[in-house]
Formats: sequence, structure tokens, C-alpha cells
Amino acid sequence: MYSEKVMDHFQNPRNMGEIENASGVGTVGNAKCGDIMRIFLDIDKQGVIQDCKFKTFGCGAAVATSSMATELVKGKTIEEALQVTNRAVMEALDGLPPVKVHCSLLAEEAIHAALWDYAQKNHLEIQGLEAPKSDVSEEEVEEEY
Amino acid sequence: MIYLDNAATTKTDEKVVQEMLPYFSENYGNASSVYEFGSKSKLAINKARETIAEALCAQPEEIYFTAGGSESDNWALKAVAEAYREKGKHIITTKIEHHAILHTCAYLEKEGYQVTYLDVDERGFIDLGELQKAIRPDTVLISIMFANNEIGTIEPVEKIGEIAKENEIFFHTDAVQAFGQIPIDVEKMHIDMLSASGHKLNGPKGVGFLYIRKGIKMGSFIHGGAQERKRRAGTENIPGIVGLGKAVELAVTSMEERAKRESELRDYLIGRVLKEVPYSRLNGPRENRLPNNTNFCFQFIEGESLLIMLDMKGICGSSGSACTSGSLNPSHVLLAIGLPHEIAHGSLRLTLGKDTTKEEIDTTIEAIKEIVERLRDMSPLYEDFKKKSS
Repeated sequence: MYSEKVMDHFQNPRNMGEIENASGVGTVGNAKCGDIMRIFLDIDKQGVIQDCKFKTFGCGAAVATSSMATELVKGKTIEEALQVTNRAVMEALDGLPPVKVHCSLLAEEAIHAALWDYAQKNHLEIQGLEAPKSDVSEEEVEEEY
Repeated sequence: MIYLDNAATTKTDEKVVQEMLPYFSENYGNASSVYEFGSKSKLAINKARETIAEALCAQPEEIYFTAGGSESDNWALKAVAEAYREKGKHIITTKIEHHAILHTCAYLEKEGYQVTYLDVDERGFIDLGELQKAIRPDTVLISIMFANNEIGTIEPVEKIGEIAKENEIFFHTDAVQAFGQIPIDVEKMHIDMLSASGHKLNGPKGVGFLYIRKGIKMGSFIHGGAQERKRRAGTENIPGIVGLGKAVELAVTSMEERAKRESELRDYLIGRVLKEVPYSRLNGPRENRLPNNTNFCFQFIEGESLLIMLDMKGICGSSGSACTSGSLNPSHVLLAIGLPHEIAHGSLRLTLGKDTTKEEIDTTIEAIKEIVERLRDMSPLYEDFKKKSS
């Protein structure tokens, strides 16, 4: 069902974990649909993403797209990171089954949500970046339990 | 490989395969032919029919071979609905049926029939009082599964049969998971129609049957020939029918011993998982549960990830998560027993078979513990939960 690359990123996820005092954190998706992604970014003064980590609740594709997305934005500037689309994530993984395309969209949104959080914290305006659509606040997640 | 998905399908027993083989090669005659050669096939079909009838306490002429459980379910519902529409257009079923029933009911609703879907309690049992209340003057059919395929709940079939009989309503039961696992007596249980499938009881795929009590008027589902007493056209799947007959014979003779062994293993698996995996729960009842069924939820993780990781260790199971159902919603059965979506996504069904060993169960439990821990490390939900509780 999955490509070798997807299986590799699922079995050996890159950058799994948390960043303490991260420059930006974004959480998207919801437990009801079965996918939640949280991306942590460490951005230096020059606006370069020095480190990126993720935590994901979801299927194999959700884990693999999170892993690949973190790989793709690491070392990039904010502007460059904004260019990492779901299509780019999918291509880097040698494709996803049609029913799993939404996972790659979630990965793109998670990156954007983390950048948005960074921009908010630093009172910055990043061109082309919009407020995340499906950001799930921690309170909302907790409410469901 | 450790195969713990016997509710999905089973390995065809070697004795069954041996019984089937001559009907592919030597005895390939058409059972409808006049010559002697064809009658060998006819005799083989009759023998299988008798074996199955005996297993159910039914008459051989009440057994109709089909291509499997789904066809049997479709046939029973559609044909009864059509034949008795003058009497009424109301059907009662449950929210936890297999999709072969639920989707057929949805089809009938489009055709102008009305369907009541009974709720179940947190263990998956229907409420007999609710069933009584749902009966209307125009109710023609009650279709309630014998045992649930996901959580193993064995419904109070005999009592349902009594209620149906008192109210002169036909009672159909989808016994795909129950037949061959637990005793069924269509007379004692007042069952009017029953669906079953070969490949769930170590028989071949692509063959099943529908038991139809004598006297029930219903039309053919497949037109085009006089086979199966003119009720199911098409040249008979003779090797399949022979295999089904043999599988039933073996299942019936070994049932008591197998049920005892499997239920002991089942309870051992349930006991260890609940004790050794934190934030886990058992779905379905402790009593009145299929001997081979276990179904768990592990909070904070998602079922498909768990299945893939088990698969990487050579363990086959299944899940009711949305990702494995092909929709955004998790299993309708887990939702019907009242689980919230996010918990239902983390389900794992392990169903034992006649060859399952204790060693395999031990290996599986160790694998589950390791994988659940790994996935929880990855889970933002678990992170939030830990922060909240610390």
C-alpha cells in the first residue's frame, strides 16, 4: 500500500520529539478524524530554521509525512519553508495512496501553523502566511477526553 | 508469521483441501447433467447439504448454497422485503450489523422501506425491551446478527427468536462469525433464515449458504436456472460446496474442545493486555463473547500505525480505525458501544484460530507493549495528557 520511502520514514521517523522553548509550535488536525500533527521549530535570528521536530497521532502516512516535512524545512529560511507544499512532501515520499493525500496537506498546515506561532510571538508579518485553518488548541484536545 | 485475524478469514484446513481437489480434476461434471458422471457432483452437493442441515438442526432442503455471507445477507433481506411488501415495509435490525446488512437496509430505505436500527449497550448487547417496542403492525423482518464480527458479542438469539415468533415476524440472523464456533439450533432458537460463510470456519472462500425455513415465500436472487430448488440459479460451485461441507463436519466435531481451548487463550490474552498495557480497554463483553475474539483500545495511539508495526514483526491483526475502514469515521460498532471517536481510532482486533498457540500470544503481547509505548512517545495526545496529569 505504501512506497518504500513512506515505510522507511514510518519505521525510522526523522526528527521525532519536542523542542523545549521552541520558536514556534503548531498543532493541526483533530483526534476525531484520527490525525493530529504538532511541529516544533527552532528559528535563529537570521530567520533560518535550525531545528525542527514533530509529534504525530495518526496513521503510517501521517507519521511519514510529518517526518519528511521536518526534513524538508530544516536549514531553510522562513520564505523557503513556506514553499514546502504538500505536493513537495508527497513527491519526496514517492507518492501516497489517494486516501492519504490529506496527511500531506496536514503536514503543510502544521509547518504553516508553527511559522504563524513564531510570527505571532515575535510580532512579525510573514508575507504569504495566513492564520492556520485547523489549528487545534490544547484545551480543545483535552476536552475530548 | 503469527496470524491473529481469523475473523477476517481462516486458513483452509488441509483435510478440506484434499476433499475438494477431486472435484476440480476428476469429478468435474455438472450436477444438472443427465449422465452418470454428473450425478457424482449431485451426490457430493447433497452430502454437504445434509452435513450443514444436521449442524443447524434444519432439513437439507432448507439449505441454499450461495457465494458467501454477503450474498446470503443481501438475498434474505431483499427477497423477504419484496415478497411480503403487501404485509408491510418495516424491518428491524441493529446499529452493529455487518455492512452486508447495513448497506442492504440503506438500499431498501431508498426503495421505500423503513428500517429501525436498534441501539446496543456498552458491551454490544441489544435490549429485548427495545426490540419489543420497535415492532409495528407492518414489521415483516427482524435481522439481528448472531455474534458481532468486531467485538464478539453473542446476542440473545433465542429470546429474539421467541419475540419474533410471538409477533409472527420473520427472524433472520447473520451467523457468519458464529456458525462453526458456537452451537446453533434453528428450531430451538426460532430462526427463520440464517447466513453463513465457508472461509470463516477453515473452509474455502467464495462459498456460503442461506438457511430458509420451509414455508417462507421468497423469490430468487439470481435468475437463470433451476439450481437450488429454483431459488439460486447458476452452476453450483461444487469444489467450494464440498469444501464447505467438510469444514462444517470438522468444525462441528471439534467445536467443544476448540471453544474451550480458544476461550482460555482469549481470556489469557485479555487479562495480560489489560494488566500490562496502561490506558487500554477491552471492547465487548467478558461473558457471552465469541471464543476467538478479542478487541482492545489503546488510548493516544492510532490503529493503522499499530497494525503496520505489528505487521513488521510478522503479526497479523485488524483495526476499526478510520484509516483501515477507508472513511474518515472509525468503526460503526465501536461508536455504537459509546466510544468517542478518538478512542475508537486506537482499536486492535485479534481473533484466534484453531492453530493459535500460547507462545504466539506471548510474543504478540510483548510486541504490543513495545509498539504502544513507541507510538505514545510519538503522540501529541499523550504528551498533552502527561502534562495535564503531572
